[in-house]
Amino acid sequence: MKPPPFTYHAPRDLPAALRTLAEVGGKVLAGGQSLIPMLNMRLAAPGHVVDINRVAGLDGIEVSRAGVTVGALARHADVERAGAHPLLTWALKLVAHPAIRNRGTVVGSLVHADPAAELPAVLAVLGGHVRVARWDCGRVTFREIPAAEFFVGPMESAVGPGELAVSAFFPALEEGSGAAFHEVSRRHGDYALAGACAVVGVAGARVACIGVGGGPVVIDVGGDLSSAAARVRDAVDPDDDIHASAAYRRHLVGVLAERALRDAAREGAAARGA
Amino acid sequence: MTTKLFGAPVQRREDPRLLTGQGRYLDDLGRDALAAAFVRSPHAHARVRDIDVSGALDVEGLVAIYTWEDLPERVGRALPLLIPHPALTHGRTAYPLARDVVRHVGEPVVMVVAADRYAAEDACALIEVDYEPLKPVVGIEEAVQGAQLVHEDVPGNVGAHLVQEVAAADGRGAREAIETSPHTLAFRLDIERSASMPLEGRGVYARWDGRDLRVYSSTQTSTSVRMAVAAALGLPLPQVEVIAPDVGGGFGVKIVHPWPEEVLVPWAAMTLGREVKWTEDRREHFVSSAHERGQVQYVRVGFDDDGRVLGLDVTILHDHGAYTPYGIIVPIVTSTQLLGPYKPGAYRVEFTAVYTNTVQVTPYRGAGRPQGVFCMERTMDKIARYLGKDRTEVRAANFIRPDEFPYDQGMTFQDGRPLIYDSGNYPEMLRMIKELIGWDTFERRPGLGIGIGCYVEGTGVGPYEGGHVQITSDGRVHVSTGLTSQGQGHETAFAQIAATELGVPIERVSVVTGDTRRFGYAVGTFASRAAVVSGNAIALACRKVREKALRIAADALEADPGDLDIADGIVHVVGAPSAAVPLSTVAVLANPLRYAFDEETAKATQFATAAAPDRPPVAEGEEPGLEGRDYYSPIRSTFAAGMHAAIVETDPDTAEIKVLRYAVVHDCGRLINPMIVEGQIHGGVAQGIGGALYERMVYDQHGQLVNASFMDFLMPYATEIPRVETGHLETPSPLNPLGIKGAGEAGVIPVSAVIASAVEDAEGIEINRMPISPSELFELRMG
Ligand SMILES: Cc1cc2nc3c(=O)[nH]c(=O)nc-3n(C[C@H](O)[C@H](O)[C@H](O)COP(=O)(O)OP(=O)(O)OC[C@H]3O[C@@H](n4cnc5c(N)ncnc54)[C@H](O)[C@@H]3O)c2cc1C
Repeated sequence: MKPPPFTYHAPRDLPAALRTLAEVGGKVLAGGQSLIPMLNMRLAAPGHVVDINRVAGLDGIEVSRAGVTVGALARHADVERAGAHPLLTWALKLVAHPAIRNRGTVVGSLVHADPAAELPAVLAVLGGHVRVARWDCGRVTFREIPAAEFFVGPMESAVGPGELAVSAFFPALEEGSGAAFHEVSRRHGDYALAGACAVVGVAGARVACIGVGGGPVVIDVGGDLSSAAARVRDAVDPDDDIHASAAYRRHLVGVLAERALRDAAREGAAARGA
Repeated sequence: MTTKLFGAPVQRREDPRLLTGQGRYLDDLGRDALAAAFVRSPHAHARVRDIDVSGALDVEGLVAIYTWEDLPERVGRALPLLIPHPALTHGRTAYPLARDVVRHVGEPVVMVVAADRYAAEDACALIEVDYEPLKPVVGIEEAVQGAQLVHEDVPGNVGAHLVQEVAAADGRGAREAIETSPHTLAFRLDIERSASMPLEGRGVYARWDGRDLRVYSSTQTSTSVRMAVAAALGLPLPQVEVIAPDVGGGFGVKIVHPWPEEVLVPWAAMTLGREVKWTEDRREHFVSSAHERGQVQYVRVGFDDDGRVLGLDVTILHDHGAYTPYGIIVPIVTSTQLLGPYKPGAYRVEFTAVYTNTVQVTPYRGAGRPQGVFCMERTMDKIARYLGKDRTEVRAANFIRPDEFPYDQGMTFQDGRPLIYDSGNYPEMLRMIKELIGWDTFERRPGLGIGIGCYVEGTGVGPYEGGHVQITSDGRVHVSTGLTSQGQGHETAFAQIAATELGVPIERVSVVTGDTRRFGYAVGTFASRAAVVSGNAIALACRKVREKALRIAADALEADPGDLDIADGIVHVVGAPSAAVPLSTVAVLANPLRYAFDEETAKATQFATAAAPDRPPVAEGEEPGLEGRDYYSPIRSTFAAGMHAAIVETDPDTAEIKVLRYAVVHDCGRLINPMIVEGQIHGGVAQGIGGALYERMVYDQHGQLVNASFMDFLMPYATEIPRVETGHLETPSPLNPLGIKGAGEAGVIPVSAVIASAVEDAEGIEINRMPISPSELFELRMG
């Protein structure tokens, strides 16, 4: 369990990081909680690793009325502690264990795009976006990728070769709406067998499900929560694996969506003073 | 015995070291040693056609590459079959490096030695092995069919077949007794594989100085590794020393020896004239050490209206993996310990141990008992359910009574000796566990269930262990025993025994285990035997030393040895505390000296002592020094027992299973240290919960272990383990001087049975297969 040989780069600022990525390609190293195990198991063998941990200015957590912008080096634990967004905070408590949350990054989790990861579902249900930078003809250029286009497939995001995700934006909950996240994992802190996060507002309700498709599965449930479980079960496409059957996952995600919608609706009602 | 340390909950003396990172484990040693790594088979079954190492030769730091062809004849021999048995007609063991055919994923094929582990693994990745894939045999059913063979010369894949039968009092066999029983049941049970999974994997580090070989191994038996290594390398025994440093858990897997690496690493060190070290990584541990548990059981039982078992007939198919280095201990233990605290009218058990193209099976904590207990306890629950009786009533109807000890089960146990229980009190234990869990007041409702499981564990098997005790002239007591420690708390428990026997403060006692330089004769640490066998040996050695100390002190004090006692490290005349001499002085007097090296020892030099010119300074029949050595060789095993109960909650929607309460009543005879025993039980229960709800080895049809990492092999975290409530019952063993029984495996044994019992109670669905996951419970609910 030792990684294959690679060249290590540790740029100090964003242009240097992007220049290096443009020149050598290679893998970005953020919190390393997913990449390092893959290297050690020789499941990945990049020629170059570009460590962004020394890049200045990427660790911000900025809160505005519109939402929260989380920088590429903001750790799960920092964002959780900042408590800037109720659904994000809720989701982060479900991510791994404290030691991993101390290193792992929110943006890294989005780029990593594990179909059972919590944070992609949060970004998706809120309709947020990821800001991506690259070195282009001698200067830094940016583009914004909306959540709906960001999660391309299992373990695959829209971040291209040579690109660095610099931040993610999580829109604030609309006034009078509530949110909740429910999941079932085999052990405390494990990736979920299935999960669902929900946002319920005056205008309607949305859920995003994890562990039951190639990425977060977003379902607009409108105003009718009573049939939501059935609609969710129809919309998802889970696989059998060694931990659970597809039938169980399909059943489970309906239960969890119902629970998340119920809690979100209750929170929303409380927020409206209803 | 003036210092009442025996039986006290003394805090573990090794913990400050082990818990603050001061422990010295295998990989903490040999910082400058070369590193070994292995190319391991990616196929479950294949012929090795060709090995091309040329691609690896340019790796910087590469030192050597070895294949089987490179090994001298002695080193390249098949590894020993450690425990032969007449029923093991087709025992097979692996070669240190694959010779021709590989029989499971993970089998070592090529050894690489390099400057560090990184370079060694880089070289491994560049070595090309040409395999001719053969059809693998995966799973018990496929093995039994025998269409494909794991070993060409083992027909039907059957390594061993054994029938044991105990007739009823009227002479009738089990099958006959079942036929004529008022009620009969028949069913099949399944148990999945798990593994020891110690926190620290295996590891070997060897130093050769041109004449002597010193080997450090993360092992449960340094003395046996020593003999095995000496034999494999053709070295005289005195030139080989083997030391077990701090060992981060064993749970059975490290009793197997010699592992390929235990032969190859010392051999490479000798061949290269350099220190060589190999530290197993987690992936290697999953695919190239050992697993256990996997069995299919077919049960037929006949019983009367009270639930008394009149006849029990069990047929076991035991998955032995690719090899049988540890013989058939596991299925033998299942067959015999299945009986638990009960006395069925007649009993017939038959097992077939089959080969599969998977990792070999050797004992893991519990060593076949969890399977046997699962079988018997499921049977008890099924009888109760059939008769509509309380599950504890049916058990009580089958118990061996307290006045029936010693009780002969009429079988042969794993040590080749008769299965005779020495002592126990099962009705009292049942009363205690029912009270602890609140059995009679439990309020049943859907989704809430209570379960129970009982077991008897043969502990403290022979052949023997020894102890050496030396008191030096500074008054310190040095205890050593040959068996090893993997975190059990021997440094504390053995010191408690010595301090109690010798009347010295525990702070003055130090304990060394598993170092052949200190003690050369031993068997090893397994089968809950260390406290029983080494504990008693140490006590006996202490008694010898005490006797000698009193004799010498009596001379010095001009008193009768019978009037002397030792307290706080001082020998004194009972009733006359001023007539006293410290053990340090006694130690000085015990060793007549020519030369002094400090004030204390000056007292023992030739002009300082009142000479008795007509006697030699060391009297005839005496030895210099205040030390003693003794051995304890048990006539047979001593039988500990326990009963566990649990309350579980199942979620009606998600099918999650939560253990709300877990209670244990345990009897290991006299307790040396209740805190250590409780710790052992807690750890065992944790492993048991793993086996009941989380862990399994998932092989696909190609023989690939698809969950060979802690990401997918679900060893429970602390968050998954309930608080364990414990009660102790003490029925001393009449077999040994200290009256103790073993406790090391107790916690793990009945957990699957208990959880199955509780889930069945909560759900009203029969549970015949463990472990059980939420997904599986969901499927069971769907029918
Ligand atoms: C035991 C364990 C349990 C876990 N459980 C969970 C869980 O329950 N839920 C969960 O969501 N996660 C879980 N994780 C994963 C954890 O959250 C990871 O930290 C996260 O998925 C990746 O973040 P990272 O910063 O560690 O990324 P890294 O490991 O550094 O990188 C992961 C991947 O993303 C790329 N990458 C990272 N950052 C960027 C960037 N800014 N721009 C471009 N590419 C980038 C890397 O190149 C790499 O391919 C677990 C991890 C472990 C070890």
